[in-house]
Amino acid sequence: MLFEQILFFIAGIGAIGGALGVVMLRNPFYSVLALVAHLIALAVLFLLLRADFLAAAQVVVYAGAVMVLYVFVAAYVGGSDEPLRPEGAGVGALGALFALALFVELTIAVVGSSLGALDTTGRDIPAAFGSPGEIGKLLLTDFLVAFEVASFLLLVAAVGAVVLARKRRGLEDPEPAPGVISAHEAISGPKEPARQ
Amino acid sequence: MNTSWFVVLSAFIFCIGAAGVLTRRSPLVILLCLELMLNAGSLALIAFSRMAGNQDGQIFALIVMVVAACEVVIGLGIIVAMYRRRLPIDVDAMSELRG
Repeated sequence: MLFEQILFFIAGIGAIGGALGVVMLRNPFYSVLALVAHLIALAVLFLLLRADFLAAAQVVVYAGAVMVLYVFVAAYVGGSDEPLRPEGAGVGALGALFALALFVELTIAVVGSSLGALDTTGRDIPAAFGSPGEIGKLLLTDFLVAFEVASFLLLVAAVGAVVLARKRRGLEDPEPAPGVISAHEAISGPKEPARQ
Repeated sequence: MNTSWFVVLSAFIFCIGAAGVLTRRSPLVILLCLELMLNAGSLALIAFSRMAGNQDGQIFALIVMVVAACEVVIGLGIIVAMYRRRLPIDVDAMSELRG
């Protein structure tokens, strides 16, 4: 029990420190690295909550694959330091104030809620809770539709990324080169010149 | 550990992410802050799933992870497209979305 508490505070401080680093560091490259630290600390918290499979997926998919994508784009766009706002710190202070108000409100909502189970560790759970086998069984039985929709969403995102990032000369699609016939012309015959 | 500890921690991380989205100007960092907010949501879902002794919340968190990955791919694609067109990488300068 004591071990769990120590681990919670270490991982929690790591997660908060990583999150603050993401927001406060001026160089986007360092922000990405702070997010990696944050995600690993979060994976430890997931383990404390007995979400073994999710912790592994967090480290492998998020801290591994997605962050590599971020590092590539930060290197491609140029990890230049962000200039400060020209209008001074007014907007920044307003944003921080809004976030503080949001936190106070959420904390009041959590602490003041009459949900008695919030003050317990939770119900007794079987040993296989959160294991890959259990998650897989749920995904293929109760949540099959969500699983399929998620795979379709990933496909759409992949196609969208290719469309967004492909090389284009300008705003319009390039004119077809002479001698190239479009699929429409191939089917319906060559286009006739418009008669006056 | 009591569930409320985890939920308050998740609220704190969510607010840090919200502050970042509101104050930063680089779209790359704004995407990173969105990741923070989504992850805070996942943490709350998993904490409640542990509290209820039910694994449905973990499936929710998994789907959130999928949606976050899609959002990253599209967002980074937009940033790369902005860079290719030599547009300023600054959300204040990019106030309208056209072609």
